[in-house]
Amino acid sequence: MQFFLEVLINGLLSGVMYALVALGFVLVYKASGVFNFAQGAMVYLAALSVVSCMEKGAPLWLAIILAFIIMTLFGIATEKFVLRKLVNQPPITLFMATIGLAFFIEGLAPIMFGSEPRALDLGIVDEPIAAILDSWDMVISKFDLVAAGVAALLVTTLALFFQYTRIGRALRAVADDHQAALSIGIPLQHIWAIVWGIAGFVALVAGMMWGARNGVQFALTFTALKALPVLIIGGFTSVPGAIVGGLIIGASEKLAEIYLPPVMQSMFGGNFGGIEGWFPYVLALFFLLVRPEGLFGEKHIDRV
Amino acid sequence: MLYREAGQFKTSYAADQQLFPIRQDRMGILILLAVVFLVIPGVASEYWFSAILIPFLIFSLAALGLNILTGYAGQLSLGSAAFMAVGAYAAYNFQLRIDGIPILVSFVCAGLTAAGVGILFGLPSLWIKGFYLAVATLAAQFFIVWCLTKFPWFSNHSSSGVISAQQLIIFGYEFASPQEKYLLVLSIVVVMALAAKNMVRSSTGRAWMAVRDMDVAASVIGIRLMPTKLLAFAVSSFYCGVAGALYAFCYLGSVEPDGFSLDMSFRILFMIIIGGVGSILGSFLGAAFILLLPIFLDIALPWAAGLLGLPFSNATVSHIQVLIFGALIMFFLIVEPHGLARLWQITKEKLRLWPFPH
Repeated sequence: MQFFLEVLINGLLSGVMYALVALGFVLVYKASGVFNFAQGAMVYLAALSVVSCMEKGAPLWLAIILAFIIMTLFGIATEKFVLRKLVNQPPITLFMATIGLAFFIEGLAPIMFGSEPRALDLGIVDEPIAAILDSWDMVISKFDLVAAGVAALLVTTLALFFQYTRIGRALRAVADDHQAALSIGIPLQHIWAIVWGIAGFVALVAGMMWGARNGVQFALTFTALKALPVLIIGGFTSVPGAIVGGLIIGASEKLAEIYLPPVMQSMFGGNFGGIEGWFPYVLALFFLLVRPEGLFGEKHIDRV
Repeated sequence: MLYREAGQFKTSYAADQQLFPIRQDRMGILILLAVVFLVIPGVASEYWFSAILIPFLIFSLAALGLNILTGYAGQLSLGSAAFMAVGAYAAYNFQLRIDGIPILVSFVCAGLTAAGVGILFGLPSLWIKGFYLAVATLAAQFFIVWCLTKFPWFSNHSSSGVISAQQLIIFGYEFASPQEKYLLVLSIVVVMALAAKNMVRSSTGRAWMAVRDMDVAASVIGIRLMPTKLLAFAVSSFYCGVAGALYAFCYLGSVEPDGFSLDMSFRILFMIIIGGVGSILGSFLGAAFILLLPIFLDIALPWAAGLLGLPFSNATVSHIQVLIFGALIMFFLIVEPHGLARLWQITKEKLRLWPFPH
């Protein structure tokens, strides 16, 4: 039971990390209907720019600000040079364009900042919390808890921003209906630039968390792939959905990784590690059977 | 002037409905076939066969498979490499476990196995579409590769799932040299491309296109969605499976599951985007483009670097390749969403009117 709880909690905490990436997807999808496959590459770019600013001698806060500026500029450039030219194309075309964008960033970022894996030091140590280790004999990482806190803060800030600011209201209006928003005088293209800026910011936060945990390396781009089943479970359009989906995926994949291989080994023999690699996708697949629109997604109605 | 159908009268329905109704097209195809079957085997070097022509044909076939699914039936798939893996491992196992099965029969069986797996992973397409389906096919990609690695039965208990393809013997004749393998691959690809070309203009193909354009409307006019979508998955996976079998038997000789990575699926997807979504010709053009671009950049980039006096390391060259890939994808989607095939079509339209465009 002890061990189960430990796996569960650690899974939930790593799920928070997935949720951080999934949030970026949700924001862009809500506001512009674009499924942004490049979010993972943006996470990589953000983490790389923080690290290289620090290597040049900038303190952490300055590096974060510089990286934020880079990500915002990048987001605006994307909107201006790619997405604006693809207005009125089917969503699949936009999706494939973001795959191209992902490749573009994956090539550009190492050329700009170098490709060797580097450590990112945020001043938080990845070590078990002594109090929990002593009293309940469970290994819970301090770093993971901080990450969870950051995610909670980020979601609260975003929720407040969407709910109470002028721009936030405009963003929600655009998400509801592009044409209606346009007709009441909301500048659509500014809004999209802002959304891409915010997506860049979320990518920055996710990139710093992931980079501090696993090192800043190319593998950061794969975080996008892990975020996809999270989106399926949570729904593409829901911020709380991204968090809940992340928790479900994180917990279930860690539990599956620990408890499934022995079962399969007794059935077939052999070594069955690496279930983590596909389990979230298959789980998402079964989830689609029950609720195709996700836990918090909007029901899709087809009109002919 | 050269390319004009004036004076070519169709006197029967058969003549009107043939595959290439314009005489110049027919002659062009015949000349092309003559060149690839008769001239190229005589002039191409061994390097050309084994490094360019054979992979080009195999990837064209895989792209053709994906194009049937994504371009014609409108179901986005990110798992084509996994279906190639199924084909490769199935062909290997049919050869291994059934005594005296002819190699071509095992290729067909491999394609059918891949089709079965494709139907299985295509089932979600009945109630989801678009991005959701893309994620479902990602499940296929990761799950199949994992299965092939972890269950030792598939690779006959070899270490880390590597299989070595058996000899290619057809009617007692062994296809060993790159030239012979090229001819074998070419024949299979030509037959399957013709079949695809015919299939997409039959009622099946029209049903796929109706489903692609709007599935609710298609079902309203009486197209049954379930068989149509699943057939698209089956046919597409069949093509990918045969391509995978050829990949193992005629190109690499020995393959491992990790070779059929997500990266390869993406490359096949890029082939159809650049070549032309919903075009048979586009699959070939796109495969040629995606395969030749890295080779071209490998030669051109160090040369350009030398010219500008910039020191490019090998790593930088590969990064620039990725960057150019991504930029080209976006460029094509913005400038010509229908790809190279569309450019060819425009050229033909222009040629019909040349030299008097009005």
